[in-house]
Amino acid sequence: MSTTPTLELQGVTRRFGPQTVLDRVDVSIPSGSFTALLGASGCGKSTTLRIMAGLDRPNEGAVLLNGTNVADRTAHERNVAMVFQSYALYPHLSVEQNIALPLAMRHLTTLGRMPVVGRFAPGSGEARAKIRRAVGEVAEMLGLEQLLHRKPAQLSGGQKQRVALGRALVRDPVLFLLDEPLSNLDARLRVKMRSELVALHKRTGRPFVYVTHDQSEAMAMADQIVVMIGGRVAQAGTPQDLYERPASREVAGFIGTNAINFFEPGSAPAGLHPAAGSAVIALRPEHISPAAAGTVEARLETAEYLGSEVVLALRAESGAELRAIAPGNYAIPAPGSAVRLGFDPAQVHVFDAASGQRIGEAA
Amino acid sequence: MIRKFLGRAVSTTLLLVGAAAILLPFVWMLSLSVKPRDEIFSTEISLLPSRLEWRNFVVALTSTDVPLFLWNGLVVVVGILVFQLLFAVPCAYALAQRTFRARALVFGLVLAGLLVPFHVTAIPIFLGFAQAGILNTYWALILPFIPTAFGIFLFRQAISQLPAELFEAARVDGLSETAIVWRITFPLVLPAATAFAIFSVTAHWNDLFWPLIATTDPQLATPPRGILYFRDEESGDDVGPLMAAALIITAPLVIAFLLAQRKFTQGLAASGLK
Repeated sequence: MSTTPTLELQGVTRRFGPQTVLDRVDVSIPSGSFTALLGASGCGKSTTLRIMAGLDRPNEGAVLLNGTNVADRTAHERNVAMVFQSYALYPHLSVEQNIALPLAMRHLTTLGRMPVVGRFAPGSGEARAKIRRAVGEVAEMLGLEQLLHRKPAQLSGGQKQRVALGRALVRDPVLFLLDEPLSNLDARLRVKMRSELVALHKRTGRPFVYVTHDQSEAMAMADQIVVMIGGRVAQAGTPQDLYERPASREVAGFIGTNAINFFEPGSAPAGLHPAAGSAVIALRPEHISPAAAGTVEARLETAEYLGSEVVLALRAESGAELRAIAPGNYAIPAPGSAVRLGFDPAQVHVFDAASGQRIGEAA
Repeated sequence: MIRKFLGRAVSTTLLLVGAAAILLPFVWMLSLSVKPRDEIFSTEISLLPSRLEWRNFVVALTSTDVPLFLWNGLVVVVGILVFQLLFAVPCAYALAQRTFRARALVFGLVLAGLLVPFHVTAIPIFLGFAQAGILNTYWALILPFIPTAFGIFLFRQAISQLPAELFEAARVDGLSETAIVWRITFPLVLPAATAFAIFSVTAHWNDLFWPLIATTDPQLATPPRGILYFRDEESGDDVGPLMAAALIITAPLVIAFLLAQRKFTQGLAASGLK
């Protein structure tokens, strides 16, 4: 495995009229990695993906593919594959033709692609056989053999998703780009397709770049997450990095299944952190829980019993709202009663009140 | 309830009267085309002939140039349609799915072009063709209609309904822009193309104005132009064969329209399933 990343964006800026959508974005996709581009809608993650694909050009900055600048190469010349949010299957072509189209464009001459006449073009017989074999292999891998002659309109969402993946796989591209591929599926199918995608990634060994606004998807699948906020890269790192050492207040708010507790300067419960008077303190609900010897005291407002755990909404003496998580067997006291809470000091995050940037180590 | 029934009865009656008024010449043509000569000029009006006179059709098809007129009509109409599609679909694709400088201006010009009647440009085109020496050729009948603002507009509207991701997927799959137009876009706007073909074919099959200006050669006469020769010279007042010829000339259009209409609704239904 070479040390050159498969794809690198260097200082990429994209403006649409007066609006700067991407502001000096640096992203590096190591070979064989599964990278998630994570961000709220409108943060520029899809534009980043389109620039990687070659569907859009940056105003400034470089796009390097295996170390070469590919700024003026089309998506096809870059040999990247893209799976679109809407799947973008060709409605008038069968599943087989949809998957075969990229290969037909590559292996057949203009004459050979013509309907009927094409069969008599020189060399098209072998090429056609080759394409049919490749399509067959991909269809088998994705379980689409029975559907090859259907039109996209006759497929379910999950099946369309597979066809879109098949169309990407069949070309053996250097890089897979996926734009929110699971967002149109129902919740159960989404979880199932997640693990299928991860398996597919292992099998192909090619780098995947996966755009999503769902942090749990990114955490579950990726080995590298690039968090984008307002057209900039807020933080890039492993899921653990992002969870344990968020670089800014926004990243901390974005990552994690349970919304993190923020305490504005001066509002944190006493004893949480010495810098609480001048900085923003953050603590995840899962890192603070009821404990007899706890140093933080708060009044219980509501409790949500979730089976494996209980989510407590509390109010500290300082007036700050606070959420904590107790184990499922916790005996919930009456609302209004005082609860003592213990926390892990290593998990307290401190952010600069003005810039929102992380201060120091995780104490 | 009764009021509703009365309302419907009145509107239906009005529609029937209107339809009858419009259909009457057509029905009369049909009736005359199968009437023997002596019945055509009889003083009493009867819609049905006493016997069917097939000789009218035989005369029209064998001793006149009607087959030639039909052939000319076919060449002109197909030529116009093919070239119109060849240029209008890529144009419309560019206007709908590509961004380039002055796109809005170009589209504005297309819209402005919709407002200019053909008769305004007929004389300059005639003078130009005379200079180029292509009057009295098939090209003189075909060329003026190839740039079609209506076609570009119609296809542009249809293509802008298609999702942009489809075209991006095609680009990623390695299709050139030309390939995108013909392999992806055109099949997807086939219902619009059918509608356009109906308009185009009807307008140019029936057109008398331009063939009358651009051609004088009877060998190039399109059906409506041909009927004029027919009446003036060959049959004189032989109305029976004239009506038979008119029927023969109208029939392909009516049949084609009925077939295309079915295809047209099929196309609409298929796109509704998506």
